[in-house]
Amino acid sequence: MARDIPPSMTTQQSLALGLLTPGRAGQIVRVDGALAGAGVLSADELERRLLELGFVEGARVEILHEGLFGHDPIAVRVDDMRVALRRREAQAIEVCFEDSKV
Amino acid sequence: MTSPALAPARIALVGNPNSGKTALFNALTGARQKVANYAGVTVERKEGHLTTPAGRTLSILDLPGTYSLRARSPDEAVTRDAVLGRLAGEHEPDVLIAVADATNMRLMLRLVLELKQVGRPFVLALNMYDIAQRQGLRIDIEGLSRELGAPVVTTVATRKRGIEDLVAAADALVLDHENHANTWQEPTAAQIRAAHGEAQRIMRTYVKPAERPDTLTGKFDSVLLHPVAGLVILLTLLFVMFQAVFSWATPVADLIGEGFGQIGRLIALVVPEGLLRSFINDGIIAGVGGVLVFLPQILILFFFIILLEDTGYMARAAFLMDKVMGKAGLHGRAFLPLLSSFACAIPGIMATRVIDQKRDRLTTIMVAPLMTCSARIPVYTLIIGALIPQRNVWGWINLQGLVMFGLYAVGILSTLIVSAVIQRVFWRTGSEPFMMELPAYKLPDAGLVARQLWQRAMIFINRAGRIILPLMVIVWLLSTFPYPPEGATGPAIDYSFAGIIGHAIQPFLAPIGFNWEMSVALIPGMAAREVAVGTLGTIYAVGDAEGAGAHILQGILATQWSLATGLSFLAWYIFAPQCVATLGVVKRETGSWLWPTVMFSYMIALAYLASFVTFQSAKALGWG
Repeated sequence: MARDIPPSMTTQQSLALGLLTPGRAGQIVRVDGALAGAGVLSADELERRLLELGFVEGARVEILHEGLFGHDPIAVRVDDMRVALRRREAQAIEVCFEDSKV
Repeated sequence: MTSPALAPARIALVGNPNSGKTALFNALTGARQKVANYAGVTVERKEGHLTTPAGRTLSILDLPGTYSLRARSPDEAVTRDAVLGRLAGEHEPDVLIAVADATNMRLMLRLVLELKQVGRPFVLALNMYDIAQRQGLRIDIEGLSRELGAPVVTTVATRKRGIEDLVAAADALVLDHENHANTWQEPTAAQIRAAHGEAQRIMRTYVKPAERPDTLTGKFDSVLLHPVAGLVILLTLLFVMFQAVFSWATPVADLIGEGFGQIGRLIALVVPEGLLRSFINDGIIAGVGGVLVFLPQILILFFFIILLEDTGYMARAAFLMDKVMGKAGLHGRAFLPLLSSFACAIPGIMATRVIDQKRDRLTTIMVAPLMTCSARIPVYTLIIGALIPQRNVWGWINLQGLVMFGLYAVGILSTLIVSAVIQRVFWRTGSEPFMMELPAYKLPDAGLVARQLWQRAMIFINRAGRIILPLMVIVWLLSTFPYPPEGATGPAIDYSFAGIIGHAIQPFLAPIGFNWEMSVALIPGMAAREVAVGTLGTIYAVGDAEGAGAHILQGILATQWSLATGLSFLAWYIFAPQCVATLGVVKRETGSWLWPTVMFSYMIALAYLASFVTFQSAKALGWG
């Protein structure tokens, strides 16, 4: 996991889960349905569904795989389970890479 | 049942999807289970019974899997309402059994905290405990039990281990029966977060993480979810499946057909020629045969589906196909039912129950019959053979093959377009977001696969059969009565209701180039698409139109039908809802006549439109 983070990046940096490439790992710092933009579900509903599937602040995540077409959907390790979702909804999850030990 | 202490009690199983809940249900109840529907909804209701060593009868309800009592689909609403004891037509459960995958407890612990608020006594079953032990995962059972204020039992459902303990624990709770006040209400995002924190604390205190966590799933996934290799493997798998449903089922289906033919001949020996024999042979036996003939395809398809579900691969297939299906406004799970519909829409429609969102499922059901099913092949072959010249175009492409390919392509395209239209225009929502757990891979349990397969077969025969059979008899009635007058020269069907209806609708079908022979053939062709071939044979007085007589019939059609008429007939068959069995199964799966009616109407409209455009353009091109 550490190999994905350039040595210079030892300070905190956070990105939406929906933007990450396979192999990147980090810790969830924020789950906010509004970040995913308008969709079929309301921001609150999306947020609750993500939470119920284990996407909660503090959980460790790692992008495992992505689809062939448009790199979508993505398969994500969330703590000790795996979840598949589309990048669009994954935008609601903000991940931070604290240092190379994350 | 004399002592009140041994009064029957109700138990409900609650758990996350993939927690092995169905295996546990199976281990608890064995053969004593029944699959039905909940009153008023199309959610499957699985109930079984067991007798405790003391003699108490426990009825066990296997509730749909969920991550939260905050229901997001009709299935989950059933679970919520059953747990809360407010499900119409159901008694409230006395005791809940919360089923957790011992190797993946976190989300279940959060759900257990929700269950606690309901105030009903519950037992926590840590299932797949053998795998947890193998991984070196250590759980402080007593501590966990103290923390949750509920008994905790370890089980291995597939090996029937821990089942007595679980029953004993549940039975003890029935006796104590201490209901607390229900304080559950739909949690807000903040409350879900708080519950996660609490579950996390419990995990840290009582569960020592696995020393040898499962790495096999990750290794399998690196191949099976590989963007290219994964797709190749999926398509290969689907090809094998499709081949199996398509070709392995055919000999068995033929055997069933042959068997019913034999029964018919035996009856012909006993029952004198006349109405009774016709009713028994052409009405009842042909009707029952017409139901059972689907069974081999259904069993083979569901064998694969159950295997894919139980190993955990189905979620991966949905992942791989999600983007493609997204174009049609559906998500990955719709792929398999649609593909199955190539063989036959009936198993395809039954397979839509892998889709948990109600609207996505309905859309998939509505478009499944547009996929070119195998019953269209005899019709296509007959017409193409009769009217499309056997020659090559562009040097090497066989024209007849090209037309056949075109018919399939139009079928697929219209499936995707109609589905996109239903999803975007009618529901105006687009599909629900695709979000699902990718469970750890598991070896399927043979007994469990067999039992689920048996249940599918019974559901089809008992329930779909009850709708299909009478429809078949109605088609027979229409094609048989009234009898031709004395000394009639034409084929008998010409004088029947089918003939009368055929002649009556012919003026409406004239703009699409149908002659009366075709119009008449459409009525018995409602029983099944390929029946139209036999009927055309009868009308044109060709014996055995589906076998040796096919060439004679093709010769007649080649001289009697114009190319424009033939093409129009082909276009009709791409769309027309010429199959009462499909309509019957849609009724059974949606629980109302509304959806079969909608399906019939839109397909007829599309068929008419397609045939009209085809016929008129072909005529304009001078092919009339």
